Amino acid sequence: MEYIVQQVINALAFGAEYALLALGLAIVFSIMGLVNFAHGEIIAVGGYTMVALGALMIGNPYIVIASAVVAAMFASVMLERFAFRPVRYADPTTGLLTAFGVSMILQNLFLLFVSPRPIAVTSLYFLDWPVNLFGVQVSSLQLFETGATALVIVALMLFLRRTTLGIAMRAAALDFEMVRLVGIRANRVFAVAFLVSGLLAGLACIFIMARRGSVDPHMGFNPVLKAFVACVVGGFGSLPGAVLGGFILGAVEVAMLVLLPQEYGGMKDAFVFGIIALLLIWRPNGILSPRIEKGDKV
Amino acid sequence: MLAVDQLSVFHGPIEAVHGISFNVAAGQCVSLLGPNGAGKTSTISAITGVVRATGRIEVDGEIMSDQPVESRILKGVSVAPEGRRVFANLSVEDNLKLGGAIVQNKANIRSDIAHWLQTFPVLGERRAQLAGTLSGGEQQMLAIARALMSRPKILLLDEPSLGLAPKIVAQIFDIIRHLKNEGMTILLVEQNATQALKLSDYSYLLNNGKIVAEGSAEKLGQSNELMAELTGIA
Repeated sequence: MEYIVQQVINALAFGAEYALLALGLAIVFSIMGLVNFAHGEIIAVGGYTMVALGALMIGNPYIVIASAVVAAMFASVMLERFAFRPVRYADPTTGLLTAFGVSMILQNLFLLFVSPRPIAVTSLYFLDWPVNLFGVQVSSLQLFETGATALVIVALMLFLRRTTLGIAMRAAALDFEMVRLVGIRANRVFAVAFLVSGLLAGLACIFIMARRGSVDPHMGFNPVLKAFVACVVGGFGSLPGAVLGGFILGAVEVAMLVLLPQEYGGMKDAFVFGIIALLLIWRPNGILSPRIEKGDKV
Repeated sequence: MLAVDQLSVFHGPIEAVHGISFNVAAGQCVSLLGPNGAGKTSTISAITGVVRATGRIEVDGEIMSDQPVESRILKGVSVAPEGRRVFANLSVEDNLKLGGAIVQNKANIRSDIAHWLQTFPVLGERRAQLAGTLSGGEQQMLAIARALMSRPKILLLDEPSLGLAPKIVAQIFDIIRHLKNEGMTILLVEQNATQALKLSDYSYLLNNGKIVAEGSAEKLGQSNELMAELTGIA
């Protein structure tokens, strides 16, 4: 029983992280149809900010966390301004290639100007300690992660439902030109989408860094891949889909870790993606894919 | 109020409208009539700035032609576009809220929403319903109300009767007449020439991207072969 509860909490924590990452991709995709593969490098920017603070002997956890998140948000908005704005109305393929290009350029910048080797960041280790939750051993980091994701989802929902800009972003997912035709500035909608995406990347960065304790130029690849898979499973462009996809991916991963016999352990990912493939046969567009019709149809 | 001079509109390499000029005086309802593909919607799109166009567009003495879409809306242009394009995934009320997004005073937005929900009681009954679940006529009313939320100087109506049942069409034209009587300046694009002529102060007839005839309802009504065809008199 204890073991099951523990694995459920594991699955929730994994799922929460993937949901956080997937939301960051989905919010940009829903508005401009761009899969921002540079999202992982935004996470790395947060990580390298922590390295820089470490070099400056700044260890105050609040400052470290806040700086990493702000740096990620800033980097995300800058990407929109200088990389994605020129291709905003171009073919989706152009946007995708731009995202890959940006991702490579950033990785190489880290490689050239910082270091090709991993750099240790220990300032966030304090977030992780064992907690005894009703007789079950869990890690505090898992609880923080799940809690933070829940908080983010609620805050995002309030933003998207209650504020004019949030409502405009939901409308923009359906008909961007019409949003401009009511006088809402396109630049503002895009900037906010990337700002929110950067915020989500920054938060994910905190948890990723607290767990792995080091940065390297390619650290963003795995998270963005997981986020992409979660989005595909949930339905690309749907925010609830991104969350659902993230939690499904987390659950499947933990299930495979637990259920696969020892000798097949190395094939975990193969099984995970196999199950995802089956899901996609059942729902080719993802579980909660948004309707693509515009205007007066439901 | 609206002065269009030598307007040409392009869709990619294709020129859809060839240097047309027309005017809408304040408080007037002017209609652009013509068959499918005449360039009516292209003209509207050029006024709002969503397509590439050359020529001069002035609203209330201010040149619009070199400004982005959003600034034109901010300066008093508003459109209920072809195909209605209500935000199907938002409630009726949120659609109106976005329509009023450029209005600074929050209290004004609230009172305007209340006003239009009262003017269009069907929408009032459905204020929390998703716009995508409304009927075609209701969506058209919502599109018009949304356009009015920005308190425009000139309202552009693009084919408001398209695809609606005759009874609903009559309702929509009643609404347009009501708006005109309240002093709204309107540029109406229509294929339903008979109805449009009746409530317009002045009309232009468009064919193949050129203005082929213009005048008041009585004059235009009998003047032209194409007109006769459009109104179904022939």
